[in-house]
Amino acid sequence: MEQPAPKPEIVARRAEILAGLKAILPDEAVIGDAISLKPYETDGLTAYRQVPLAVVLPATEAEVVAVVKFCHLHGVRMIPRGAGTSLSGGALPLADAVVVGMMRMNEILEINYEDRYAVVQPGVTNIAITQAVEDEKFFYAPDPSSQLACMIGGNVSMNSGGAHCLKYGVTANNLLGLRLVTVEGEVLEIGGKHMDAAGYDWLGLITGSEGQLGIVTEVTVRILRSPEGQRAMLAGFASNEVAGACVDAIISSGIIPVALEFMDKPAIHACEAFAHAGYPLEAEAMLIIEVEGSEAEQTDMLGRIREICEGFGPISMVVSESAEQSAAIWKGRKGAFGAIGRISPDYLCMDGTIPTSQLPAVLRRMSAMSEEYGLKVANIFHAGDGNLHPLIMFDANDPVSFHKAEAFGADILKLCVEVGGCLTGEHGVGIEKRDLMTAQFSPSELDQMRGIKSAFDPGWLLNPSKVFPLSEHAPA
Amino acid sequence: MRAAAGPLLVQGNGTKAGMLRPVQAAETLSTARLSGITLYAPNELVMSAKAGTPLKEVEAALAEKGQQMIGEPPHIHGEGQTIGGIFATNFSGPRRVTGGAMRDHILGVRAVNGSGEAQNFGGRVLKNVTGLDVAKFLTGSFGTLAVMTEVTFKVLPKAEATGTIVIRGLDPALGVKCMAAGLGSPYSVSGAAYVPERKAVFLRIEEFAASVKYRTEKLAGELARFGAAEILDTAASLALWADIRDCRPLAAGAATWRVTVAPSAAPAILRLAESAGLAGFLDWGGGLIWLSGEATEAAHQAVTGAARAHGGVWWLMSGPDSLRAAVDVVPKEAPALAAISARVKERFDPKGIFNPGKMRAA
Repeated sequence: MEQPAPKPEIVARRAEILAGLKAILPDEAVIGDAISLKPYETDGLTAYRQVPLAVVLPATEAEVVAVVKFCHLHGVRMIPRGAGTSLSGGALPLADAVVVGMMRMNEILEINYEDRYAVVQPGVTNIAITQAVEDEKFFYAPDPSSQLACMIGGNVSMNSGGAHCLKYGVTANNLLGLRLVTVEGEVLEIGGKHMDAAGYDWLGLITGSEGQLGIVTEVTVRILRSPEGQRAMLAGFASNEVAGACVDAIISSGIIPVALEFMDKPAIHACEAFAHAGYPLEAEAMLIIEVEGSEAEQTDMLGRIREICEGFGPISMVVSESAEQSAAIWKGRKGAFGAIGRISPDYLCMDGTIPTSQLPAVLRRMSAMSEEYGLKVANIFHAGDGNLHPLIMFDANDPVSFHKAEAFGADILKLCVEVGGCLTGEHGVGIEKRDLMTAQFSPSELDQMRGIKSAFDPGWLLNPSKVFPLSEHAPA
Repeated sequence: MRAAAGPLLVQGNGTKAGMLRPVQAAETLSTARLSGITLYAPNELVMSAKAGTPLKEVEAALAEKGQQMIGEPPHIHGEGQTIGGIFATNFSGPRRVTGGAMRDHILGVRAVNGSGEAQNFGGRVLKNVTGLDVAKFLTGSFGTLAVMTEVTFKVLPKAEATGTIVIRGLDPALGVKCMAAGLGSPYSVSGAAYVPERKAVFLRIEEFAASVKYRTEKLAGELARFGAAEILDTAASLALWADIRDCRPLAAGAATWRVTVAPSAAPAILRLAESAGLAGFLDWGGGLIWLSGEATEAAHQAVTGAARAHGGVWWLMSGPDSLRAAVDVVPKEAPALAAISARVKERFDPKGIFNPGKMRAA
């Protein structure tokens, strides 16, 4: 992966920059020694590594402002970072950049049940929001698989989704406001505690902007009352086509399950070995379907879905009888990445979205590519919204295998675009997909987005080398 | 656009020309003739339509397949409303409170920028984080950044049945508390309105018929402390919520405003507005306050003062040109944001020809 050349004048002034940062932050909040910098060299996309110039860990918005003003004054690039769980390399450092780690800003500032919002700092983990409100039977809806670790600031930057966004939407649909530190160190208050923007939708623009526009220092999220209960069921099918047709039939019937997940045979086997959830090993494809409501409503809804599934000759069908059984069904799905990790030391997790009707054709093409490249692929798919997660297994110790995996992944994403979809549904472009952006966007469209970036960050100091193709990078 | 010598009034059929500020432009660029549904895949919950497609045509096509627009756009601007106008103004109705606004369901936008370049942002899939979310940013931008030529959006099945709980005899403070209890219940309330004139709260549930029965009864029981509930059936509910969507509880006035705020602040805003001679009603659980009254600067200052005091924002939705040209029809942006805003606008519309002054005076 090509990276922009470090600015020699910045690297040469490293000691001076570290001293400058230490003058504005407590000593322990500035990391400069090689061993302590090492953990920051990569994120969830471990194939790429680069030790940064320094890491700072501000504990307050005022400290973020001071750091940003200092870096802006000295022309130092900045890489905002939450928990470092990005699967697209969104937090990958540059050799001449300061990583601004937000994990020490981890307080929940306010919870308001009457108006149904919570105000949190960016370093609060996704799950911690739900944990803070679950005694009152509320929850925060977006639930990325990394929710135990990933932080809300990162969720905002990547517009994270999750398994339940078919019903509840993604991060952008669950925010009311945020505070953003601009590259000049100005604090912008975007939105608030109210719905809708009177004026431009800055909240919508900043959400998912991958750290290109500023550093988020506070987030106001909507919290929702939990349903009375939820229950999952499994259905195994003889082919991907049949399972895909069943998904179509469920949606067409007017039922929108709260989650509708699809796994192909390699994924079923890997996850069953890990979770012992009772997945049907003889099936070519499997659906996990979850519904919400009272006991009677769950039974009614699952009955309707069962009836639809039966029309597609399922190999097996299991309706969960208890919360424990539902949890086991989800354990396999939520642990899917770990499960694949047990059978292959390394994998690339792709994230394209396709129109759901294209599913069988795309899976067929992917399986042909898998043979051509000689690399195995397992598929996990948010079937309701068409978000595909092919996991390409390879051996990182073998450079040929790695390059093949990268090429295979790029081919899959181009295929997603070709059939009417997009490069990334929820992981972000990051560094991983920036060079593929030309497959989805025209030069004019890319320029329009770059223009927005430049309007916020004229010198391109914020998270550069991400999102936009490198060859086109040039501060305005 | 490349040939445009001066400012352009960008619109569909111009039914919403009375919102925000009047535009001074010698020429009009209308998308009214860009009409027609270009994609509808009910099984994928997605529709695309050219910007000038009449809203009624979109809604009829959806209804034929048992589906609907999630954001429930109001029908207060007559027959001519276009789908482009609905998205350009991010104009949502009662279901916005839990179902999301038009901006939450926009998936893709084709548009022409001020340099005359045809561009396509977003797409036709339900989940998409590829690049900056320009489609969302253009939604609600009132034609000031680019001219939308086609929109693609998410749709959902219409519920099998609709039920409404009506609780009467509540003052605004209790009314908002009652709505908060309903929206904070596990029964997926999809509409929550309060009409001061009738001292009544209306809470809507849209589900399968058996669930509507179960949920309205459960909810009525849980809200018994606010008073006895009347439960409306589907037919009565559909008529009621069409009225609320279309602002029929709002008294006629020479000017109308919308204010959005944290719901618990709504009673105070209503009180301040009433003391200035305005009338209003609450939607979105109190998060949206519709107000009407005299078209005077004093009335406007009463609205904006009340909104500002409680961390809310406002839109001047209708009024004479003289008032609309004279006041802040939406809140000003703070200086640091205004500077960025000007640069972003310049990147879309370098000559400044699209709807100049529509949102804020130059």
